[in-house]
Parts: sequence; C-alpha cells; structure tokens
Amino acid sequence: MSDVTQVPEARVLPAPRSAASTIRYWPWFAALLISAVLPWLFYDWQHARHAGFVVSVLSQTGMMIIFALSFNMLMGQAGLLSFCHSVLFGLAGYSTVHFLNAAGAGELPVPMELVPLLAGLAGLGFAIVFGYVATKQRSTAFAMITLGIVQLVTTAATMFHHFFGGEGGIQTDRMIGRSLFGLEYAHSIEVYYLIVAWMMIAAIGMYFHTNTPLGRMANACRDNHERAQFVGYDPRMVRFVQFALSGFYAGIAGGLFAITYEIVTFDAVAAPLAANALLMAYIGGATTFFGPVLGAILITLMQSGVSLMSNSWLVYVGVLFIAMVTFAPAGLTGIVLEHAPIARAGLLRRLVLPYARGLLPGLIVLLGFVGMVELLSFLTIGQAQGKRFVLFGSTIDVHGVMPWLISLVFLVGGGVWLRREAIAFKRVWDGLTDIARQGDAPMGESG
Amino acid sequence: MTAPGLSLVEVTKNFGQTEIIRGVNLNVAAGERHALIGPNGAGKTTLFNLISGRFAITSGEIRLDTVRLDGLPPHRINRLGLSRSFQITSIFHRLSVLENIRCSLLWSRGYRYSFWHALGRQRALNEETERLLVELNLAERRDVQAGLLSYAEQRALEIGMTIAGGASMILLDEPTAGMSHSETEYAVALIRRVTQGKTLVMVEHDMRVVFDLADTITVLVYGRVIASGPPAEIRANPAVQEAYLGALAA
Amino acid sequence: MQVGLISLLDGLVYGMLLFMLASGLTLILSMMGVLNFAHASIYMLGAYFAYQIDQWVGFWPALVIAPVLCGAIGAAIEVWGLRRVHHNGHIAELLFTFGLVFIIGRGVQMTWGMLPMPYRVPASLDFPLFTLYGENFPAYRGFMLLVSAGMLLATWLLLKKTRIGLIIQASLTHPGMVSALGHDVPLVFTTVFAGGSFLAGLAGVIAGNYLTTESAMADAMGPIVFVVVIFGGLGSLAGCFIASILMGMVQTFSVVIDYSFADVVKPLGVTIASNDLLGEILTIPVSRIGPLVPYALLILILVLRPRGLMGTRET
Repeated sequence: MSDVTQVPEARVLPAPRSAASTIRYWPWFAALLISAVLPWLFYDWQHARHAGFVVSVLSQTGMMIIFALSFNMLMGQAGLLSFCHSVLFGLAGYSTVHFLNAAGAGELPVPMELVPLLAGLAGLGFAIVFGYVATKQRSTAFAMITLGIVQLVTTAATMFHHFFGGEGGIQTDRMIGRSLFGLEYAHSIEVYYLIVAWMMIAAIGMYFHTNTPLGRMANACRDNHERAQFVGYDPRMVRFVQFALSGFYAGIAGGLFAITYEIVTFDAVAAPLAANALLMAYIGGATTFFGPVLGAILITLMQSGVSLMSNSWLVYVGVLFIAMVTFAPAGLTGIVLEHAPIARAGLLRRLVLPYARGLLPGLIVLLGFVGMVELLSFLTIGQAQGKRFVLFGSTIDVHGVMPWLISLVFLVGGGVWLRREAIAFKRVWDGLTDIARQGDAPMGESG
Repeated sequence: MTAPGLSLVEVTKNFGQTEIIRGVNLNVAAGERHALIGPNGAGKTTLFNLISGRFAITSGEIRLDTVRLDGLPPHRINRLGLSRSFQITSIFHRLSVLENIRCSLLWSRGYRYSFWHALGRQRALNEETERLLVELNLAERRDVQAGLLSYAEQRALEIGMTIAGGASMILLDEPTAGMSHSETEYAVALIRRVTQGKTLVMVEHDMRVVFDLADTITVLVYGRVIASGPPAEIRANPAVQEAYLGALAA
Repeated sequence: MQVGLISLLDGLVYGMLLFMLASGLTLILSMMGVLNFAHASIYMLGAYFAYQIDQWVGFWPALVIAPVLCGAIGAAIEVWGLRRVHHNGHIAELLFTFGLVFIIGRGVQMTWGMLPMPYRVPASLDFPLFTLYGENFPAYRGFMLLVSAGMLLATWLLLKKTRIGLIIQASLTHPGMVSALGHDVPLVFTTVFAGGSFLAGLAGVIAGNYLTTESAMADAMGPIVFVVVIFGGLGSLAGCFIASILMGMVQTFSVVIDYSFADVVKPLGVTIASNDLLGEILTIPVSRIGPLVPYALLILILVLRPRGLMGTRET
C-alpha cells in the first residue's frame, strides 16, 4: 500500500478522446444515402412518377425529425418540459408564408434554398421573446408558463387576421422563381430533397451543439442547478440561450412545413402539435440524441399508416404512451441501451429464446386488444357513419358473438400467457445482469 | 491571485420567527485554514449557505476582502472567487466524471455561454481536465457516470469541482463525512494539496481532521460564536469543552 | 345595469363550476405533484354518465350515481396506474395522465358516438327563477349555484372538521412530513384522487346539460381550469376559490363588453385603423378577445409571482 500522502505522478496525457472527435461519420452518410434513395424504392417505373403518398409521408417525417430533435434540446438535454414548442414551429411557419408571399411579389430576393434559414431566424426571434419570460422559472413553473403561452398564441391565432389569417389560416405559393439550383419546386420530390438537405444540416448542428460549453452546461443545469451556479454559471442564462437555439431549429422545421403545404393554420401553433413532439421524443428515448429521430419516424408512420386503417389510432397511441411511461421511461433507445452491459459481456445470445417465447403471446394480446377496440368502434361510430368492419376482404359482423368472443379470449388468454413469459424473462434478465456486473466490478479498495 | 480574507459582521438569520444565526462575527485571514465546528444544529451549514448566497441574510454584512457578498446571487459570488462544496454530494450525476471536471473549468477559462466551441478540440481545457483527474485519482474512472461512483470517489470529485475553477476562497462542508479512516487520510492530503496558497473555511465534525488541518478554529453554538483562535487555545477553552468537546483532554 | 347584475350572477355560477373542477385538481397537484391532464376528461365522463343514467332512470339518481362512478374511476386510475408510475418521477406521472386523455376521449366517442348528446335540463328545474330588467334567470342556474355551494361547504367541513381532512390539509403543504409521521400516504393519495374525480364528475353532471355534452367538452374546459389552479397557487384552496370566481367573472363580463381600445380613445380624437396587426389588436372588441385574457393573466402571474395568488410553495 503506497503512502497515500504522496502526489500521484502527473503524467501529461494526450487530449482524451471525446465524442466529437470520435464521430465516425459513417452513420451520417448512411442516413443521407437512405433518405435520398427511399422515394425511389416506391417509384412507379411504368408511369414514370413518384408515389405521392410515400413522398408525402417521407417529407412529413423529415420535418418531424427536426422538430422532435429541437424539442429534445429542451426536454432531454436541459430538463425543460415545454408545452409551447409548437408555438415556435408555427409562428415561424406563419412568418415563412409571409416571406414567400413577399418573395413571390418580388419584394424579397431570397432563393428558396435559404428560406428555411429565414424561418429559423424567425423561430429564434420568437423564442427570444417567449423564452425571456418562460426561462425566468425552471421545472414545473416553467412547464406551466409554456402551457399558458401555447393557449395564448393558439387563441390569438384564431382571432387576428393580418398575421394569422384567422381561423382559415394563410396561404402562399412556393413557386417564387428564385433558386440557387434553378429549381422550380413544382414537384413534391424536389421539396422532399430540400427537406432532406435541411434535416441533415439541422441534425448535424444540434449534434454539434451537444458537445459545446452551452450544450454541456444545459445538461449540468438539468442535473444540478445549484452546482452549476457554483461552477460560475447562471442557470437562467443557460436555459434562456438553450431555449432560443431550440427555437431556431424548430423554426427551420416550421419553415419547411409552410413550403411543403403552402398553407399554415392555427393547428401549427396548437397544443396537439406540441404534444406530438413530446410523444416522439419520449417514445424514441429522451436520454439519447437519436431517440427523438426514432420516435419521429415511428409516430409519423403510425399517424399516416394506422390512421388510414383505423379511426381509433389515438387509443393505440394513448396505450402505447402509457405502456412506455410505466415500463420503459427511457424510451425505445433506452431499452436498447439497457442491453449494453449484457452485450458487452457477450451474453446477448442467451436472450434470444426468452424474447422468442414472449413474441407469440405478445402478438395474441395485441390482436385481442385491437380486435376489441375496432369492434367497439365499428359498433358505435362506424354504424352511425355507415361503415363496415372489413378484414382481409371479408366483412365482420359486429353484432355477432363470435368476433367479440375471439377477441376477448385472445386478450385475456394471451395476457395470462404473456405474464408468465414476462416473469420468466425477468428471471433470465436479472441473472444475466448479475453475471455481466461481476465482470465490470471495480477493483477492491485497499485499506 | 492572492488569497482573500473573509469577514462577517453581526450576521443574523431568521427563518420566520426562529433565530438561527444570532449575530455572528467572524474573521478569516488571507491564506488561513479555518475550521468551523460546533454541535449539530448550531447553524454551521446555514452560515455557509449565507456566505455562498444560497440564503439571504436578515441583517449584517459579509465581505470577501472589501467586496460585499450579501445580496448577490450564488453565481456572482462564485465568479468573485468563492467556491463551496456541499454536505450532501452535489455533482452532475448523469454526466461522466470527465465532463463534471470539464464543466467546472468552463467559466474560469472564459467559455461563457458559447455554443460554437467544440469541446473535444479545446487542447488547454482538456489538458487541465486530465491533470485534475490525475490529481484526484479519478483518471481511471473518467468515463464513468458520476452518479455511479463510490461515495468516497464522489466526495473527491466534489472537492475537485470546487477548486477547479481557480477560486481562492474555498468553503468545504463536511468533506470527510462518512469516510473510512484511510479514505479520510487521503482526503485530508488532497485538501491540503489543492488549497495550497488559498483561503480555506471548513465545517468538520472529525476532530482529528480539524486539529490536523486547521490554523484557526471557530466554535459555533446555537447560532453564536463562543470561541475563536488557534487549536491549542480552543482545546483548553473551558466553555468549548463544556459545550462541545466534553472531557476531551489535550 | 341590467347587464351587470345578470352577468354578475352568471359569472358567479360559472366561477363556482370552475371551482368545483379546480379544487379537485389543486388538491391532486398540491399533494401529489401530479399535473392531472385527465381531470377534464373525468368531468366529461361525468356529463356522459349523467346523460345515460338520465335516459335510463332519471336526473336525480344521475346526480348521485354519476359522480360516484367518476370517483371510483379516479381511485382505479390512482391505484392501478399512477402508483406504478410514481417511481419514474413527476414527468412520467404527467405523461401517464396525458395518455389517459386520448383513451378516455376516444372511448367516449366509441361508446356514445361523435354527435353531442341531447342531455337536457330536467323539466322540474326548467323555469325562470326570477326576472331582472326583462332578463330571465333560469332556475337551473340557481340549482347549479346551490349544488356547487353545497359541495363547497361539505368539502370545507370535511377538511376542517375531520381527521382525514386534517391529514389532507397537512399533505397539501408538507407531504413529506405527513409521510414521515407515519400516515398511510398512499391511502390519502387515493382518497384525494377519488375525491377530486368525484367533484369533477359532479361538475360534469350539472354542467353537461347547461353547456353541451360532447366529446370536445374536455378540451374546452381543461385549459381554463389549469389557469385557475396555477393562478390560485399551490396548496391553497382559498386562492383557488378566488381565482375561480375571478376567472368566471372575467370570462362572463368580457363577452358583454363590445368596446375595444380604439373605442376608448376615439372620443379623444384618436382614430385607429385596423389594417395591420397592431391596428387589429387595438380595434378588436373585448368580447372577442375575452378568451385570451385568462392566459395572459396566467403568464403574468407566473412571471411576477410564481407561487400564484396564495400559493404556499412553488413546486
């Protein structure tokens, strides 16, 4: 045992590797490539045109990725739960409509490719105004101020006509005739690539931000605002600047929204959209940078896909949300990361069988639940609307006993089976975690 | 930067009707190692909270050399050169050990609210971070999430974060609380080393640490100073013996 | 003058209704730290249950049964839902209630359909109570006032005169201490949640036929109730009461004021045109801008006095 009073030899090590310098850039290139290629997978070669629905969904996803990432600058990174993020998005959207109208009339000599930048600056401006008020508080009081802001702006948006166009919103034409690349943006695929470009720029920008002094101090203030004060920082200023920057990126998303749909209504500032951002960030995983990206993709797909198939998609969202909040508060990426210690110990393979055993009962429960919800929905709403429950081409009699019985059996029976498998799974998981932890244990302390 | 002195003049603090600090006069000389002792509930941590701006004083004055501290927000006080550690470990528990130290250096290195500097590329900053990690014997643990460290490691990190910013007036609130004998020895050596040339005020219950480190001891009982002076004087003081040390012989 | 008196009474009725809703919510928020987004949804359930029971049995049974059902649902949510999520933090609890909003909202639509329900004022109460300057004051509004005042009194008695009430009061301001003293805090929580839901359900029963019973009613009431709770301050029912009456009055009176800022300065010779945003703001009559006022007040008070009107603590 060495003399503890001796100064450990101070070796000057090379600058430690940090996240920024070990970015292996390949995931970014892969993302860019995939985004660029995706629409072509659905291209109609016979008629030489793109699948409109696919391009629309992809465009929406791109915008939402930016929006969700900017929201997580507040929630995940700074610990600020903001219900007014849609306000920054929407007000930038409204501003963009005015920009485009001005550009179309020849008053604003800005090429289309830079319009999202203007939108971002508008978002920044609004974020400075609202943020000045909201960031005076933190934690719950902050959340409540943002609740007030979103209601205020939404109500105002339906009232005033000059900026907001009242309840009907305002419209524009994106063919402003100015482009750095000579594009007209008449086709939605061109707009899609504009979105992809700005999505990459925004994502890279926000990723870079996480490893800057302000980005780190935002994390620090989230963890412990008192300690942050005692390393010299004013937590209020940190919150304020972080809020402003998140508004910049939300603004970019809002601008792209205006360009894509050429109309902005009060829905773009309203609470449901802010709730959407919360949903995406939370379900994807607020504790990682890419969680919101995953969440944005998932939620947008669900919204577009499931809502086509079922009117009750909100119920499924609600249930998914509740399930995640109860069992997986760190989101999907959180679940993935929880496997890390087990993966490091090389024991991942031992989970394959337990997972497989839970797959079938899980599926059955899902079918049972969906069955019940859809049956109920068609029994009441569908009837009134004259719709019939059609599954794989055959009509299901909503009044008959059989469909109800099957769904109930699936739900309850599957539930019981799943619970048994879940308990067994937990046992295996705990066992593997113990083994993995023994490998990681720090050296025993001397003395 | 020369070590500053700290002076408290007739400082009182009431919480509602309850008087916690009842007219404390305290002088800490520049470069001194000053221990603040007293029974539980005497108001030692409250005094720290008043000095560091966490609470507002009811009346009196607190000065760092000639600058008035009372009424300033904590981060302003910190920027004037005073830093403190907390009784209950106060670190950034979700950040890595390295990030904790690095964040403690940012303001004093002039980074302020920058969102354009890539932290990975700041050579001088990262070298200083590394040096501190080695000094605190935490270099092996640099990528571990701070909340997962052992208790003693967290206390070492806490001390490190307190002195990282180059503060010259250091307040340590029970730095060795809950430590084993060897951990305490290590902590004392660390404290002695890192507070070289600075002024130190320390709340402590472990008398061996107090008599080992302190140049001056102040005894606080029920919100009042009952004695203040060098260790030998305090040990021999009958009022102190009665109130606190009991029958502890020299 | 005539406008004033009837509006005053209307404002009082609306304010008391708000208080019935807000009191439950402020109890839940102050004690458990949970921002219960589903509170307005339970209010909606109260209205729908009342309609259904009214169809089957009658209004007076509905008045009793529907709130009890809502209370039971509240208890169920707390015991089987919130308790499990509690250890994940306040945000998780908030998000949980958030998910419930979707489910209850859609559930209501699936059970009763998308159209508003013809939930009517009972015939026995459908007459003018008195006439003031030619304006009728319906008896049903008097009834609403009676019920809400009675409920207020009962709640006050419960809190001040019973043991459980004492514990609840203490938990409002010092939940940690109450737990440390050995009281069964989970039981207290469940009781408060159930009680709050009961009140919300009762509010739904008496408001459902006064306003409309439809699936959007939760969204219409929800935000304003939050404003009241936060404005009044955490841990204070008195503050909540004052805020409720204030907001009730503001909402009611703003609807009858047809003047705008421009109208006020016009006699001074200043004409304001409405052809830009600023002009629009200055020429819009107060009756149209009314809905904005509560939110503006909310932001103002959170900035100036984050505890709210009479709040005892901040979070």
